[in-house]
Amino acid sequence: MKYLDEFRDSAKARILVREIEGLVASMDIPDDRPLNIMEVCGGHTHSIFRYGVEGMLPKQIELVHGPGCPVCVLPMGRVDDCVAIAEQKHVVFTTFGDAMRVPGSRKSLMQAKADGADVRMVYSPMDALGLARANPTREVVFFGLGFETTMPSTALTILQAESDGVTNFSVFCNHITIVPTIKAILDSPDLRLDGFLGPGHVSMVIGTAPYEFIARFYRKPMVIAGFEPLDILQSIWMVVRQIKEGRVEIENQYARVVPEGGNAPALRAVARVYELREFFEWRGLGSIDHSGVKLRAEYSRFDAERKFAIPNVPIADPKSCQCGEVLKGAIKPWQCKVFGSACTPETPLGALMVSSEGACAAYYQYGGVRHHEAAE
Amino acid sequence: MCLGIPGRIEKIDDLARNLATVDVGGVKRQVNIACVVSDEHPASSCVGDWVLIHVGFAMSRIDEAEAAETLRILTELGEAQAELEAMRSSASQQWRPGHDRALRS
Ligand code: SF4
Repeated sequence: MKYLDEFRDSAKARILVREIEGLVASMDIPDDRPLNIMEVCGGHTHSIFRYGVEGMLPKQIELVHGPGCPVCVLPMGRVDDCVAIAEQKHVVFTTFGDAMRVPGSRKSLMQAKADGADVRMVYSPMDALGLARANPTREVVFFGLGFETTMPSTALTILQAESDGVTNFSVFCNHITIVPTIKAILDSPDLRLDGFLGPGHVSMVIGTAPYEFIARFYRKPMVIAGFEPLDILQSIWMVVRQIKEGRVEIENQYARVVPEGGNAPALRAVARVYELREFFEWRGLGSIDHSGVKLRAEYSRFDAERKFAIPNVPIADPKSCQCGEVLKGAIKPWQCKVFGSACTPETPLGALMVSSEGACAAYYQYGGVRHHEAAE
Repeated sequence: MCLGIPGRIEKIDDLARNLATVDVGGVKRQVNIACVVSDEHPASSCVGDWVLIHVGFAMSRIDEAEAAETLRILTELGEAQAELEAMRSSASQQWRPGHDRALRS
């Protein structure tokens, strides 16, 4: 398919790996203090494992897997709220497949479905709106999930429901924003990062300007990266080159998809439908100010939080879970006490084991072989 | 959900609702194209465009010139490496071990 094969060419990957090796060889990087580069986005984590990118890199570069998987950072209490909505008799609860198996404190959406709740997987919020039109006697609720990448699609669906006069459709809004989260990571004291791979698809919506503070105030380089193996390797090369040359900039490797100004129609829909929450609770990271959005009062009739009684009880993560430390990059997935024993993709304790974009599931599935063995 | 998939817009189905049929690797599916139309690029001129689709919405038009530019950089790197390689191997022919030190000092 267009621009997939071209960016998976192994000969070009070798060229990039050699360039990276050449760079680090000229940089005098101590063995016990490799360059730590964080990929913020779960999509990158997935690609890095799928294509074995970590294994291609010289040992002076360490990838730190960040918190950018919206399924993985969903706190248990939120899953409980989904289940509570789904269990109401007249409700059809619709969700992306990724969220079905995330454990709640009582059950996951999958278990709720097995117990008789009408939970349906949809590919698009538009499909949920279609279900609402087809089932006028039922209340169709869509579980709005994701960063700025999917935030506009939910907003546009709400605007469509409004203009079509659909009244039995609402959204349980759990959309989150990336920038306050990156700031929280930069402020966390136990972290040593040398640079970032920036989230490609969030950036295609918000553009490159919102990251400028990372270079200006935190003095860290960032390269906005695509998701194919060559994209990721090239972006790592660009980050390392900045470090070597003493530059601190926000660069854009993924210009074929990310325009500097972002996507104007998408941003307009977002601004029209949502407002920032005071704070939003993240699994493992705690509460982060202004990191989530909710529907504006004008759209309250589409807001499941106002339409339904929602328990909204915060639930602490199980004690044995170390998802928070993994999310912040403080420990590697296999260093979690329950990794691969009590916590596996079949019986996940933490959400990082659920989604294929979660660092733990990725390590489990594809094996972080080199680092894994070196650390044991 | 976050990765998206490229597809090509085949025809506009519903101008008012910004709905179009796209071809994604042979699979046809209706998507919303509201985020890739603008005054300069109205829906009617979108047919044939490559777009990146997330959860049923075309979120970005894939810029072919930029894609070619990225690939060109990689090709040039490869050519530079090949040239260096050639230089090194011809150098090693001229400076056989042992001669090396003598030549440099
Ligand atoms: S192994 Fe399980 S509990 Fe431990 S950090 Fe990963 S997902 Fe969380």
